[in-house]
Order: sequence, then C-alpha cells, then structure tokens
Amino acid sequence: MSNVTLNGVPLRMAQISAVIMTGTTLKRFLAVAILPFLTMLTACNAVVMSPSGDVAAQQRDLIVISTILMLIIIVPVMLLTVFFAWRYRQSNTEARYEPDWDHSTQLELIIWAAPLLIIICLGALTWMGTHLLDPYRPLDRIAPGRLVDKQVKPLQVEVVALDWKWLFIYPEYGVATVNELAAPVDRPIDFRLTSSAVMNSFYIPALAGQIYTMPGMQTKLSAVINHPGTFEGFSANYSGAGFSGMKFAFLGLSDADFDKWMADVKAQGAKLDRNAYLELERPSENEPARRYGSVETQLFTAVLNRCVELGKMCMDEMSSIDAKGGLGLAGINNVHPLEYDKYRRRGAIFAPPTTYVARICTTEEEERMRAAAQSPLLSPRDSSPILGAGLPRPTAPLFGVQRRPSNS
Amino acid sequence: MFDNPDLLKAVFGRLTLESFPYHEPILVGTFAMVALGGLALVGLLTYYRLWGYLWREWFTSIDHKRIGIMYMILGIVMLLRGFADAIMMRLQQAMAFGGSEGYLPAHHYDQVFTAHGVIMIFFVAMPLVTGLMNFVVPLQIGARDVSFPFLNNFSFWMTTAGAILVMMSLFVGEFAKTGWLAYPPLSNIGYSPDVGVDYYIWALQIAGIGTLLSGVNLVATIVKMRAPGMTMMKLPVFTWTALCTNVLIVAAFPVLTAVLALLSLDRYVGTNFFTNDFGGNPMMYVNLIWIWGHPEVYILILPAFGIFSEVTSTFSGKRLFGYTSMVYATVVITILAYLVWLHHFFTMGSGASVNSFFGITTMIISIPTGAKIFNWLFTMYRGRIRFELPMMWTIAFMLTFVIGGMTGVLLAVPPADFVLHNSLFLVAHFHNVIIGGVLFGLFAGISYWFPKAFGFKLDPFWGKMSFWFWVIGFYFAFMPLYVLGLMGVTRRLRVFNDPSLQIWFVIAAFGAVLIAVGILSFLIQIYVSIRNREKLADLTGDPWDGRTLEWSTSSPPPAYNFAFTPVVHDLDAWHDMKRRGYTRPLEGFKAIHMPSNTGTGIILAVLSIIFGFAMIWYIWWLAAASFIALLAVTIGHTFNYKRDFHIPAEDVVRTEGERTALLAGVAR
Repeated sequence: MSNVTLNGVPLRMAQISAVIMTGTTLKRFLAVAILPFLTMLTACNAVVMSPSGDVAAQQRDLIVISTILMLIIIVPVMLLTVFFAWRYRQSNTEARYEPDWDHSTQLELIIWAAPLLIIICLGALTWMGTHLLDPYRPLDRIAPGRLVDKQVKPLQVEVVALDWKWLFIYPEYGVATVNELAAPVDRPIDFRLTSSAVMNSFYIPALAGQIYTMPGMQTKLSAVINHPGTFEGFSANYSGAGFSGMKFAFLGLSDADFDKWMADVKAQGAKLDRNAYLELERPSENEPARRYGSVETQLFTAVLNRCVELGKMCMDEMSSIDAKGGLGLAGINNVHPLEYDKYRRRGAIFAPPTTYVARICTTEEEERMRAAAQSPLLSPRDSSPILGAGLPRPTAPLFGVQRRPSNS
Repeated sequence: MFDNPDLLKAVFGRLTLESFPYHEPILVGTFAMVALGGLALVGLLTYYRLWGYLWREWFTSIDHKRIGIMYMILGIVMLLRGFADAIMMRLQQAMAFGGSEGYLPAHHYDQVFTAHGVIMIFFVAMPLVTGLMNFVVPLQIGARDVSFPFLNNFSFWMTTAGAILVMMSLFVGEFAKTGWLAYPPLSNIGYSPDVGVDYYIWALQIAGIGTLLSGVNLVATIVKMRAPGMTMMKLPVFTWTALCTNVLIVAAFPVLTAVLALLSLDRYVGTNFFTNDFGGNPMMYVNLIWIWGHPEVYILILPAFGIFSEVTSTFSGKRLFGYTSMVYATVVITILAYLVWLHHFFTMGSGASVNSFFGITTMIISIPTGAKIFNWLFTMYRGRIRFELPMMWTIAFMLTFVIGGMTGVLLAVPPADFVLHNSLFLVAHFHNVIIGGVLFGLFAGISYWFPKAFGFKLDPFWGKMSFWFWVIGFYFAFMPLYVLGLMGVTRRLRVFNDPSLQIWFVIAAFGAVLIAVGILSFLIQIYVSIRNREKLADLTGDPWDGRTLEWSTSSPPPAYNFAFTPVVHDLDAWHDMKRRGYTRPLEGFKAIHMPSNTGTGIILAVLSIIFGFAMIWYIWWLAAASFIALLAVTIGHTFNYKRDFHIPAEDVVRTEGERTALLAGVAR
C-alpha cells in the first residue's frame, strides 16, 4: 500500500484549496515541502498517510493541505526565533539595542493579520471539508473522478461494539460475523453503529475516519474501500480490560471474492438469535473471528433500543409513550424487579433493587408492528436538534430509531 | 471473633483484608520504599526537632509566599509519582510485542494510565501553577498578602488532601481504570463497581474545593489589592494571565464539581443521569466534563504565557513588545476557551455544522496565541538577550510550542480529527503543548523566581543539565508518538501485534529515560544550590535586573512584603523606579497589620480525607462522624476572633535595618 502518488491526491480537496492557491502552486508546495516527510512515513507504513479508501484519502489530503498552510507561518516564526536569539545575544554589541521600543502599529497589524489570514483560509477549508466528509453524508463518489453509480445499492452493515469484540450484521444478506468484516471493492458501505455496554470507537484507518459507538444511540458512517486487501480495524476508545484485543480484520474483496465469502458465511449453520446474542454479549477477550449463517431480523434495532431481553420495553417505545404524556402513576405498576441486565449490572448502594420497564406487547407483536409500520402510530415528538439555518429538520424517523447523539 | 460479617461490614464497609494489594509484588515493593522513605523522613524531622517549627512556620502559615512554596513542593513530589507512572507505561508499551503481554496486567496498566493523567493535571500542573501565582501575584501588585489569607491556607491543604487520597489508592484498594476523565457508562457502577472511580471522584471533589477557593481568592486579590497607581493596564503581564486563569477557574471548576456530583449520585443512590437505561445519557457527561476540561488547559497555559512574557522582557533588557495586544490576546483566549469544548468529541456523531463551528472557534484561538508568540519575538528584537536558564527555557518553549500549536490546529479540522482522534498523534500533541508550554514555563518560572523566594540563585550547571535532558528527552519521547499516530496506533493499548511498531516505542521509552535524567538533574540542582547557597546568594533582592515590583523588596521578602506600599507610575514599575533614582525609605516605619496563623485549614483537610475515605469504602458511621466534625470545625472557626496581629514598628525597623546593612555591603 505504498502508492502515495501526489498526482492522485487532488480533486475535491484540491478544488477547495484552489480558492486559496492555484493548483500548480499547491503541487509545487506538496512536492517540495511534504514529499520527504511523506516518503519517510510511507516507508514506515503510515496507514493514515496512505489509506486505501477514498474517504480516508480525502481526510489525508486535508491533513496535508492544512499542515502546509500552517507551515507558511510556523517556519518563519521558528527561523526568526533562532535568528533573533542569536542576533540579539548579549555579547553581540554590534546589534541595535532599543530598550524602550515596545510598540509599532504596522508590526501589530501584521502579527494579528497574518495568523488571521491563515485561519480564514483554514476555516473555509474546514467548513467545506467537514460538510463534504460528514460521516453521515451518503457518498457521491467512490474515487477521484468516479461518481457513485446510482444503480448500486450501498452495502448495509450494522455494527455492534460488544465487550470486547465487534459484531457485524449484514441485513441485506441475513448473516452476521464477529471480528471479521468484508466489503466489495468500490461499493459504498453504509454503516449503522451502536454499542451494547460502554463507548467504543469504530476505526479502520485504511478505510475512513472513526466514529463512536455508544449504547442506546446510533451513529452512521459512509465509506468505500478502493483496493483489495486485509486491513486492521479496532476500537479507538478505551473500553475496559479487554480493550487491547478488540481488533478485527477488514477484508476488501473483489465482487467475485465477496460473493464467495458471503456464500461461505451463509453456509454456516449457526444462527444469531436473541439468546445467542445475549450469550455473545457477555464480556470476553481476544475473540477469534466467528460467522453466523443466519441472524434474527430486527436484532440491531433491539440492541439499539436495549430490549434484546424478552419482556423488556424498548427505549423508542418508552420515549414514544413519554412523549405522549407517559403512563402517569400507572406506569409504576409496569416496572419489574430486574433479574438480569447485561452481565453484571449492580445497583447503587443506596438504591432500591434495579428494575426494568416491561413491554406492553409481546416481542412478536412488536416485531410484526415494526415490520408493518410505514407510518407508525407511535411516532415520537420531533426532538431532534436544529441543524443549522436553512437546513430542513430531519423527517421524523420510523419508531424514533434514528436517534442521533445530540450535542447541542 | 470475626465471624459476624454484618458487624464487620458495619464497621469497615467494603474494606477487607483483600483490599490491600499485598499479592502484587510491584505494589508491595513500592509500598516498602515509600514506607522506608517516609519513616526516614519522620525520623529525621523528629531527630532535628523540626515538627514544631514546621507546624508553626509552615503548616499553619497563612503567608502567601510560604503557601506558594508548599504548593510547589506538593507539585514536585507528585511529579515524581506521575512520572513513575509514565515510565511504567513506556516500558509496558515497549515490551508488549510479538505475543508478549509485557509486565503489567490490564488491571494494573489501566490504573497506571488513569493515575498518570489525573496526577499530572490535577496534582502536578495545577499545584505548580497555583503555587507560582500565589507566590508572585501579591508581590507583583505590591500587596502584603492575598485577600483571604486563611482561605489560601485552607485551599492548599484541600488540594493536598486530594493528592493524599490518590496516593492512598495505591496501597488501599485501587484507582480508577477508566481513563483520566472517567467517561460513563464505563465509570458507572455497572461497569466499575470497585472503589477506583470513588477514589477518583472524592480526590477530585476535595482538591476541587481548594482550587475553586484559591481562584476566588486570587481574583479578589488582583481586583482589590493592587498598589496605588497600578491601573489594570499597568498590571504586570504575569498578573494579567493569573487574573484570566483564575476567572477561568471560578467559572469552570463548579462544572466539574457538578458533573462529578451527578456521577456520584448515579453511583451511590441509583439515579440515571449517565446510565444507558431509563433515559440516562452518557454524552451529557462528556459534554459537561469537557466544558470544564477545555478551559482547564488554558488555566494551565495562560500563567505559563505570563511567565514567558516576564522572562523575555527581563532577559532582553527591554520593555515587553505590544503589552496592550498581549493583554487583549489573553482576554480573548479566556473567552474563547469556553466555545471550543466539543472539539474533544467531533467523532461522537455531531452534525457537520456543529463540528465545523467548534473546529473554527478552536482555530481562532490560534490567532491571539500567534500574536503572543510574535510579541515575544519582537521583545527579543533589538534587545540584549542574556541566556540565563529562564531565557533558555523560553527559547525552547517558543520552538517546541509552535509545533504543538500546529498539530493542535490540525486536530481542530474535524475530518483530520476523524483519523487522528484518540491516536498517539493526539497524545503527542497534548504532551507537546503541556510539556513544551506549561512545564517549560514552570521551569522558567521556578529558576526565575527561586532567588526571590530563598535569597540564592539555582545552580546553573545542573540547571542546564536538566534543561538539555528535558528538551532532548521530550523530542525523543514524543516525536515517535506523532509517527505512531500517523501509523494508526490508538492510545491506551496494552499489547501490540505489529512488530514494526516496536522500534518507535523503544525510542519513546529512551526519551522517557532522558527526561528521568532531566528530573534527577533538577533535584540535584536544588540540592547543590542549597549546599552552595552562600556562593549563589543574592543580597540585592534584584538578581536579574528585574522590572516588576517583586524585585524591589528583599530576597526572601519579609513577612509583610513591603514596609511601605509602593506607588506605581509605569507598567514596569520597578524598572521605572530604578530609572528615576528611587531611594529606599530608611525611617518612618509603622507597625504593620497582619493576619495570624491558624491550624484550621489542615484540620479541615484531614477531616476531609477521612470523610472521602469513608465514602469510598462505604463506612457510613465514619462518614457521618467526619462530616459532622467538618461542620463543627468550620462553624467553630468563625468564632475565632484572634485572626490578626500587628508586627511592631521596632521589628519592622530591625528587619529593614538588616536589609540596609546588606545592601550597603553589596554596594561596597
């Protein structure tokens, strides 16, 4: 993966940077300033600097361009520091000494304006780059100059971070794998991610930037892999004792190889149903890859809403009820002593025994309802954050499943 | 006899014999060393009959200078502990390759990196910064003490109490295994049922009280106790940065207190603020902790900026270039510090608009920071630079900090952060700014103000040894981490698969060893300086040809700092006085009104340790008893009316007379 060709870099990021400097200047800059640095890093296998996915490649470009922009001011400052320190040393009586000189409007203007200009450029770059590379934004190209074929459906992958391994569900194929993820080359991948217990961060450096996986919340990531190969994926957020072993293999496969791989997975007899999931969810370290030939539908939704256990009310259902005013005092009667919540949930010392809220309908009823509900009866109040001036509010999601982690 | 578990539980809570890690050889060894060292120290103090002296002159002292010095000692002692953790991590990461598990099990390693972060920020950087501010600010503004001298003593002992609780976790129970910010759900009772997180919570809560009160104290001091003529725009730059830092403390630390209190409620009474179920949301914790956490880094760096300003101006023999823009830059940074917290979690799925807003506000901070660096540059321009130790640290800072600043702005670009977040690149970045900025600044400040505090300079040879080992060690220790970050290596990993990474970790470990030599040289420097104090003595009180008021009094300054309150006419007040041919008044001394010492601060702190310990171990009777005692002592102290005394005029005359004789000796 040592093909850091600087010519292949530009397109989108370069278009943006053309606002700041012309393409040729940029290229010259890249060649002179960054090439030795990059070559060194490539030599030591710096995956962030030479990724195999288009999203990561654009992120890399942004790193390179921002670094160059900042070096415009950093290098002179460092040189001046050394030069002034040497020139105005005490023993150099040749140098002018003006002990009372402490102000110069022109200089003040320059020292505020120079960083300001750089930051205006960098800010513009950031604004555009952040929107274009928003992990939630569906891809519009799979490589420089190659737009996404509207006919190709993105590969859907549902990711659950477990203590301490990764579960990947392929809803389109009805299979699941643990600690092994495969995707066909050049086909957009649409990740939906959550976590079963604590926060983790899903990161395949060769593919795209990371995104957190958080219990009860769903995050998304769009990416595409451009070169076949086996890449490393891992959790980038410390999550407890088994964190170091929370690694998985990401396989970029040609279409034929992917079909073959998928057929292999499907041939596995193991089925991932709710009970198997609850078993799998228990903490374990350094798990080998595992494959499940079939998987219970709606499992990801249940994990996301923390109701894999039969009889436990789903979070989205609970918030729908609450949004309509809740059940009032009657709701208290719907709380059951918790027999088992996750693997070692312990109550606080001064709290009554931990409880859970029971389902109102059976799991089967609810699954039927979810499957059937195109316009759900229990649509939650739209409490999603306003995204910004002029942007439309997100449409009310089915069953409130699309809970985006809110920050504002 | 011990067959009644309920009774044992009622008496000892969850503290059992198993809570003592006597089965872990590393800890037993450490304990033996600490115990032996402690016993030796206690023995020496008893042998030389120093307990009474220490109690009367230091522990109960409400003199801001002595409290400042005690803060520095606390910071340096804790630096040794925090650095021991760092060495352990570097060793583990350099070893754990090719199937080796290293030498630390997860249970231990996870505590080590958590403790390293907590200790370095809360109990090294904070005490050192607070200590310098405490010592220097009243002297710089021509005051006799801080606004609330007792509060100052109380603040110091509460900070120390927090540090003692963290140290106790080493030998009784364990520390948190959550990372230094203890994100829930991992830090919640479900996933961390042990005492570690409780140690974390109570240590920070108790120390936080000290920090907050000290912030209030210094803000009041700077606002209300400036010498006549010292308008805000004649305030020395270090005091300006101290003011901004303390404003940040006063506004930010309550958030930390609140968020830790909410976490305690989750852990103790079963609320669901940050749990996964029942409507809890761990992201609220992440937001709140960073609303404190980001200002915290400016709390640390601003005083360092102040130190560099003083040092550059003094050792260039020149007025500070662009004082006004320096002040405005500091204020702008103070305000912007509150508008950037989300850049710590761009990767948690915020929208592009939110991310770019916080990314751009973060970058904007680099504008005033850049202006500051230029101001230092142009202070050197047309100066006469004396390369004494403080100036060497300043040059090293300017060269190192800009690299850290650059990688910081890089991390503020959200798409770049998506690939670098939580990587060793990030670890390298914040060590680059905290070591290259805060720590270099503190070392510059220590060697700059040491002669003021003790009346003799620090030994330059060992100071230079320390300087070179620190600076070179820093580059060896952290440049490899930048590279590793670009290789996609994440932080807090205990074992590695890829053997090609090992060489970089070995280089980093080598760098840590160089830094260890730097720290050792620093300790030797202090020892050698004390031994050679006659030769290094400074009798003038103004060893560096200083420019601000602290250099106008003797070294060490008398308890009352200034026999007459100075009157200020210029920004560099002392420089201005010297130029106008100022002569020391030799008569007309009056009795000076001063606050008296009190032991209440240390008593409250000890009770707080007991209370914290009881809460951590669920020993409810002890918690109740110590809490009641805390209230009783606090209320009792308000009835203590013997809070002040007068230094008789004769004593002032004698002290000032001695100084006159000293100065005459120097002149001759």
